[in-house]
Amino acid sequence: MLITQLKNREAIDALISGTCFIVNCHGCGEVSFPAAEAQALQAELASQGKVTGILTTDYICSPENMKVNLESRRSEIDEADMVLVFSCGVGVQTVAGYLEDKKVCAGCDTYRLPGFQGVTPLEYDCEQCGECFLNLTGGICPITACSKSLVNGQCGGAKNGKCEVDPEMDCGWERIYRRLEQLGRLDLLKRPVQLHNYATDDEVYKQNN
Amino acid sequence: MKVTELFRKGEFVVTAEVGPPKGCHLEGVVEEAKEYLSGLSAVNVTDCQSSVMRVGSLATCKVLKDAGLNPIYQLTCRDRNRIALQSDLLSAAAFGIDNVLCLTGDHTKLGDTPQAKPVFDLDSVSLLSTIKTLESGYDIAGNELVGDPPTFAKGAVVSPCSDSVDAQLSKMERKVMAGAEFFQTQAVYDTERFISFMEKAKQFDRPVQLGIVLLKSAGMASYMNKSVAGIHVPPDMIAELKADKEKTKAGITGVEIAARIIRECKPYVQGVHIMAMGWESKIPMLMELAGL
Repeated sequence: MLITQLKNREAIDALISGTCFIVNCHGCGEVSFPAAEAQALQAELASQGKVTGILTTDYICSPENMKVNLESRRSEIDEADMVLVFSCGVGVQTVAGYLEDKKVCAGCDTYRLPGFQGVTPLEYDCEQCGECFLNLTGGICPITACSKSLVNGQCGGAKNGKCEVDPEMDCGWERIYRRLEQLGRLDLLKRPVQLHNYATDDEVYKQNN
Repeated sequence: MKVTELFRKGEFVVTAEVGPPKGCHLEGVVEEAKEYLSGLSAVNVTDCQSSVMRVGSLATCKVLKDAGLNPIYQLTCRDRNRIALQSDLLSAAAFGIDNVLCLTGDHTKLGDTPQAKPVFDLDSVSLLSTIKTLESGYDIAGNELVGDPPTFAKGAVVSPCSDSVDAQLSKMERKVMAGAEFFQTQAVYDTERFISFMEKAKQFDRPVQLGIVLLKSAGMASYMNKSVAGIHVPPDMIAELKADKEKTKAGITGVEIAARIIRECKPYVQGVHIMAMGWESKIPMLMELAGL
């Protein structure tokens, strides 16, 4: 099981520049999704004229399914300055991977719960590690794409773009750097030092309240 | 003695690397360091280099300091979480060790204990910022330290001849933002590439020490080209190593090449860091040939 939790309001406001197209995933029964809170937030954003469209669907982790869904809403996506995804980390990565030239952001953090973990037979991987880094890394997860799960940039171990641990594996941070370069968002690498918070969702809740 | 003080005074800072042994006897390391390295500005002590389990960097720093050398404590994030790293930094300060070189560290899979759990709770950047926090009198959980806080000369590394040099520069900038006060580089053989890197790194306004690894054989050079990140030994250097096998075996060719690299790059750097890897006895000859 996993639980997706809305990022706090300031974090979401800070993400939104201009207008956004919203994707909600109500896919798998293994996910506890904050549907009511997400809906209230999205209604508010829509009333401010910041939303070009809302797509609520299931299993956005399936690339084929996602492609059909996104293409059916292409004009609203093109019209928007960014895409805001409310799903687990896999869903955000699938959308970001498909819409390579678009700013794609995560509206949720994903935490682990005991039990069945859902079915995501994909290259995209989410460790449900809590506070999501995807908004700083162009939609490529540094936790799963980097052998050391580094959150502050590449180590000195990549050779010809390949990881020191596995010569078959692309250096995750090299991919992130290239994606941010493509998006014109290298400024994200100048953000303050990141620390991975290993607290669970209820511990984070306690820390923040 | 903080190496940052030496840079500030305008000293050309020459350091070398000491690799602690796989065992608990440090007399050999101390004797060797006293014989060949005592004239240097400082001595780096590696932290389970290449993810091979050895006696600790901190203990080795302490005995070298007691023997009159100036140690730089290399600290990696591979084997310790943020509690242990902060604790070891306080231990270093308690021993009067005031130079730290912050590294992410090689992955555990590369060493002699691939079964080990890789930690990487922090990384080189967050380790640097953690030291800054300790220096402000708090730990990174926000709890106050008792008594005067520690202070360190905070060093970091950069790989100037990496094939993704723009990503390396971006990481270097993050390290500067996080508090890095000086840099040591990965081994340099391609001086042209290095100099063009230094033109770009100048903007960060931090002293940089040129990294030197003595070439022991053509085989070693080819191996590094194939397997070691950020290292490119040009073909003419490999040919030079092959040309006179006896001279190469005696270490003379490797030292001559290193001296040439140092002389070419000297105008662009504030120091040199020598990784002799067992050839510490050649360092005095290198210093002389390089005019240091």
